[in-house]
Amino acid sequence: MEIDLTTRILNDPRYQELKAKRSRFGWWLTLAMLVVYYGFILLVAFAKPFLATRLGAGVTTVGMPIGLAVIVFTVLITGLYVRRANSEYDALTEQIAKAALK
Amino acid sequence: MSARMLARSLGAIALLGACATAMAAGADLGQAEKQPTNWTAIGMFAVFVVGTLFITKWAAAKTKSAADFYTAGGGITGFQNGLAIAGDYMSAASFLGISAAVMVGGFDGLIYSIGFLVGWPIVTFLLAERLRNLGKFTFADVAAFRFSQTPVRVFAASGTLVVVAFYLIAQMVGAGQLIKLLFGLEYWIAVVIVGALMMVYVLFGGMTATTWVQIIKACLLLAGASFMAFMVLYHFGFSPEAMFAKAVEVKTGIAAAAGKSPTEAAAQGFSIMGPGGFIKDPISAISFGMALMFGTAGLPHILMRFFTVPNAKEARKSVLWATTWISYFYVLTFIIGFGAITFVLTNPQFLDAKGGLLGGGNMAAVHLANAVGGNVFLGFISAVAFATILAVVAGLTLSGASAVSHDLYSTVIMKGKADGAAELKVSRITTVCLGIVAVVLGIVFEKQNIAFMVSLAFAIAASANFPVLLMSVLWKGCTTRGAVIGGFLGLVSSVLLTLVSPAVWEVTLGNPKGSALFPYASPALFSMTIGFVGIWLFSILDRSPRAAQDRAGFVAQQVRSETGIGASGASGH
Repeated sequence: MEIDLTTRILNDPRYQELKAKRSRFGWWLTLAMLVVYYGFILLVAFAKPFLATRLGAGVTTVGMPIGLAVIVFTVLITGLYVRRANSEYDALTEQIAKAALK
Repeated sequence: MSARMLARSLGAIALLGACATAMAAGADLGQAEKQPTNWTAIGMFAVFVVGTLFITKWAAAKTKSAADFYTAGGGITGFQNGLAIAGDYMSAASFLGISAAVMVGGFDGLIYSIGFLVGWPIVTFLLAERLRNLGKFTFADVAAFRFSQTPVRVFAASGTLVVVAFYLIAQMVGAGQLIKLLFGLEYWIAVVIVGALMMVYVLFGGMTATTWVQIIKACLLLAGASFMAFMVLYHFGFSPEAMFAKAVEVKTGIAAAAGKSPTEAAAQGFSIMGPGGFIKDPISAISFGMALMFGTAGLPHILMRFFTVPNAKEARKSVLWATTWISYFYVLTFIIGFGAITFVLTNPQFLDAKGGLLGGGNMAAVHLANAVGGNVFLGFISAVAFATILAVVAGLTLSGASAVSHDLYSTVIMKGKADGAAELKVSRITTVCLGIVAVVLGIVFEKQNIAFMVSLAFAIAASANFPVLLMSVLWKGCTTRGAVIGGFLGLVSSVLLTLVSPAVWEVTLGNPKGSALFPYASPALFSMTIGFVGIWLFSILDRSPRAAQDRAGFVAQQVRSETGIGASGASGH
């Protein structure tokens, strides 16, 4: 890419906004995923009896909905990022590109 | 403890051991007994082969340039690519292995499958769109973007080839064992068939054929697994509680029949509803979790799929679809595992004299297919399992071939002056070589315990490829020297630590128990740290003129990675 184009994009406040927003959002979500997964692993390592507690009178345990929730969380958090990136971030990117390439 | 119970518990321990140490998306399927020739399965597989050969013919007509060969010309949509990525991940061993792990350990099988899932959001947030914006054909394009090409490409090609080699051996040995089991064919015939068909797909159809074979197989596998899970749930009136209750009852009955007191038997039966022996110590658990989580973000055959879509938006969509399908698949395997407890373990037709599964522990899903769908459905599932291995192996080979032709030949040897036709020729020659090597290694390793190989592939990907990729994309201070030295440190340390871990030192090499120098199930926690610290340290100490150039190049790289302006277009040429 030519230096000129790079400088033009760098000087666009929308680029700085895009970079800051996306990076903040991405790292927060990464942190959330790490906390949820390693939280689950630590429960498995240190709180086995808790996960094996029965829910009500049946045999279904606390661990089952928690495990399922981790799976659902993984999909939802990915969807959350993709939705925001495909609308908000892509719109910003398009504006930046339009301004820089004209 | 009766002989029957002992055999069962030994099987369970062996299986869980395999889980904890390996058995990833393509692990060891164990030694299998040859079964009578299954003509229904062979017939259905033949239909699949004929169908995919037609696709290859169609794809071959479209595969003219290097871009067509490596990335299907960038013309795959996010939805299609998501299915293909999911297909790469849902290997035969993850289907058979995880459902068997659930049958043996219940909840433990769920913990295991969650580990494979959680890397995907990380890939989405940190890498997917940046990969698409910076890369063209291989992940080395991204890692080497602002660096001195030769050293970084040499590192990336080494990382790719080492990961591909271990993954490929695991798949080939798995294929031979599985086919012997399901089709009743000789081991070597199965390995040769896989090698030959894979070469045909990749040689003639390139990425287009490889992707479509993967998509078709993913659909067949998801459809077959959905049907099995549906039939299981239907039987229990769609009540998971009823299914769990019956499974606990079956497990309790087995424990009681083995001579346990009623209280002990009840406790043992109920143990499938909570965590058991899967997590031995927290360090192993976290280290293993890291290998799975970050290894996903460093597997070359997965990373290369991000270059087959036209833009960053489609790259994001593909990971979302992949995550969705893979999650759904793991929920299905969980239901299938519980279904196997209730349908397979209670039916003497599927058990041998000792109460184990006919044909070995990994046959849970296969017997369940027979129980819920009869012989024809059994044939279908067997054919899908074979197709699965074939598709995964084709993807691995293509990624190994692009590392040699695009990274080593075109960039390192020809200094970027090779023309497309010559590069394409080199990748085809490499494909043939890799195919032959894979068949030979598959036969050589027939009797070896290769359970560690897939987890090793994940650990190397997490400790070498991932740190270099992440640091080169996100950290301004990263330099050529730092990336190469740190990357190789991660690569070497993950291999060495695996070598002296219990799974290889004791189980595979036969040294006495307790003699392994490295006590944990996975090296990732340590080797990833070594990789990252290595990159950081050798980068900040780097005062060479090249380092100044590397750091100066960051801003332009970042602009392109964030916006995609200047990125390789949809067609890549």
